[in-house]
Amino acid sequence: MPSDSVLRIVWIYPDLLSTYGDQGNVLVLEQRAQRRGIQTETIHVRSADPVPESGDIYLIGGGEDRPQILAAERLRRDGGLHRAVASGAALLAVCAGYQIMGSTFGGEEGQPVDGIGLLDIASARGPARAVGELVAEVDATLNLPTLTGFENHMGVTHLGPGVKPLSRTVKGVGNGDGFEGCYAGHVVGTYLHGPALARNPALADLLLSWRLGPLAPLDDSRYEALRQERLATVLQQT
Amino acid sequence: MTQLPLRAQLASALGRSAATLSRMTGRGDGSVIGGRVGLLLEPDLLRKLAHDRRLALVSATNGKTTTTRLITSALLELGEVATNAFGANMPAGHVSALAQHKTAPYGVLEVDEKYLPEVLDTTGAGVVCLMNLSRDQMDRAAEIWLLAQKWRRALSGKPTHVIANCDDPLVTWGASTAAKVTWVAGGQRWKEDSWCCPECGGPLDRKDAFWACRECTFHRPEPQWALDDEMAVDPRGQRWLLDIQLPGLANRSNAVMALAVAEAFGVPVERALPHLREVTSVAGRYTTVERDGRHARLLLAKNPAGWLEAFDVADPQLPIILSVNAQGPDGRDTSWLWDVDYRILRGRPVFVTGERRLDLALRLDVADVPFTLCNTFTEALAMQSPGRVDVIANYTAFQQIRSEFGRAV
Repeated sequence: MPSDSVLRIVWIYPDLLSTYGDQGNVLVLEQRAQRRGIQTETIHVRSADPVPESGDIYLIGGGEDRPQILAAERLRRDGGLHRAVASGAALLAVCAGYQIMGSTFGGEEGQPVDGIGLLDIASARGPARAVGELVAEVDATLNLPTLTGFENHMGVTHLGPGVKPLSRTVKGVGNGDGFEGCYAGHVVGTYLHGPALARNPALADLLLSWRLGPLAPLDDSRYEALRQERLATVLQQT
Repeated sequence: MTQLPLRAQLASALGRSAATLSRMTGRGDGSVIGGRVGLLLEPDLLRKLAHDRRLALVSATNGKTTTTRLITSALLELGEVATNAFGANMPAGHVSALAQHKTAPYGVLEVDEKYLPEVLDTTGAGVVCLMNLSRDQMDRAAEIWLLAQKWRRALSGKPTHVIANCDDPLVTWGASTAAKVTWVAGGQRWKEDSWCCPECGGPLDRKDAFWACRECTFHRPEPQWALDDEMAVDPRGQRWLLDIQLPGLANRSNAVMALAVAEAFGVPVERALPHLREVTSVAGRYTTVERDGRHARLLLAKNPAGWLEAFDVADPQLPIILSVNAQGPDGRDTSWLWDVDYRILRGRPVFVTGERRLDLALRLDVADVPFTLCNTFTEALAMQSPGRVDVIANYTAFQQIRSEFGRAV
């Protein structure tokens, strides 16, 4: 954390990658920091602007194929996100943003497109669109409750030895091999699209704690009510 | 109209019977089942029913049903008009609408954005009206950049006259392959889906209503028609006070689009506008229902852009009931709630209901908007003091409320 104790949240390219509720992750992080008395400053970085290196938590969201390719090109050219992550910033990469972090991903016609190489993963276009609720049990070392959310993508993602799976899917498709998402250092990637942190406040707290250290508990009754309703409904359908 | 071939006659007659049966048994308003039956018997029925009529197709993310209604009311000046007034906006609904008005020389068809290329190909409609494109029900709807691309392909090489909103960059891009375009400055409140150039992906610069790409030549075309607050400005520069009864800026924009379409059919503003002013509600939208002295005005909002428009209409002095579902037609994914800025509701008494009220509750909590959670709409209404209240609901939540009041129109 910087000495002025303002948490800097950087939202990367909302003009290209914020197709469906991605702003929710920004708002949830802001709320959970502020309710603990921590000031926040949020920077919306448009795709024509440089990515600042001084952020604490970086967020990148989902989007259509063409904007995804543009975003990958610009991030690679810019280099700011690489430098921020190298210096210990946290990053949550969602859906199209998750795929971009790897070595390659599938373009509009399924052609391989270069990613930006921040995670040891490789994605390609899968056989069918994965659309629906997703439930997954998180890797035990992270000590997080069950992941819940919605996925909507056509990607299949293979994890290399440089990352660990974030979770094992109970319902839904995720990476396509029984796992969902991945993490390495302070970087988390997931197919839980849009406002993933609204359904998983503990994941929001994990990102916050990487920058802020141990966190005071919050009244999470609104989050819990939604989580329990969703998990009960979705697991009943399986 | 020329006589339909025998098989098509039979198909449309059986379709109409199925529709009547559906209405009589209370299963629906018949606009889909009738068309399905007809198409089953004669797959080419839509083409045959459309033949020899002058048709306008109306498509957008928001405002399709209302604009279809406004255009229809204006074209009634010319004669009988076939239309799918209840929003059954896929080919079965179009078949049903045209079959029910066999002799109507005119047709105004609301068309689902995805189906526009197919319906344009099949019907050969002479006029297409395109208002806006924004994020909508991503789990089942197409991605909008892709959608605009398909519009471009469908319009290319056809003689269609397109009336399009040039304040929406994606609509402009989608329409600009057409042989003839009348541009309407219809405004654009929701801008979150058009910060990038649809042509090259570069940043779009905006100054007042004008927009242009910083990296290529794509820019806002010069409009022939414009909405200027309460006024419509026609291609001759003449200004017309709209004075329509439908509330809000979005409906004034829809009205200007309707005037431009009417003129394309040869109905001048002075004859079209009085008909637009007669429209007070559209398939339950903007209607007021009453129970025990509580007068609830019903507003439909299906996506973030629609919520912005509903907030523009809602009275800040009144309490407000919000109802959200996530059934198939709503989209099963409620992520879009996070794209709506609910902070405008701070200070109003807010009541939250619907099948996905817990999603909305968390969303409002994060936006620091206090609210009361209600299990049902009935409960939310009963909690009001006698008097007026606004209701914003998404699609199936809206239909549920409507049906509680005898399918209010």
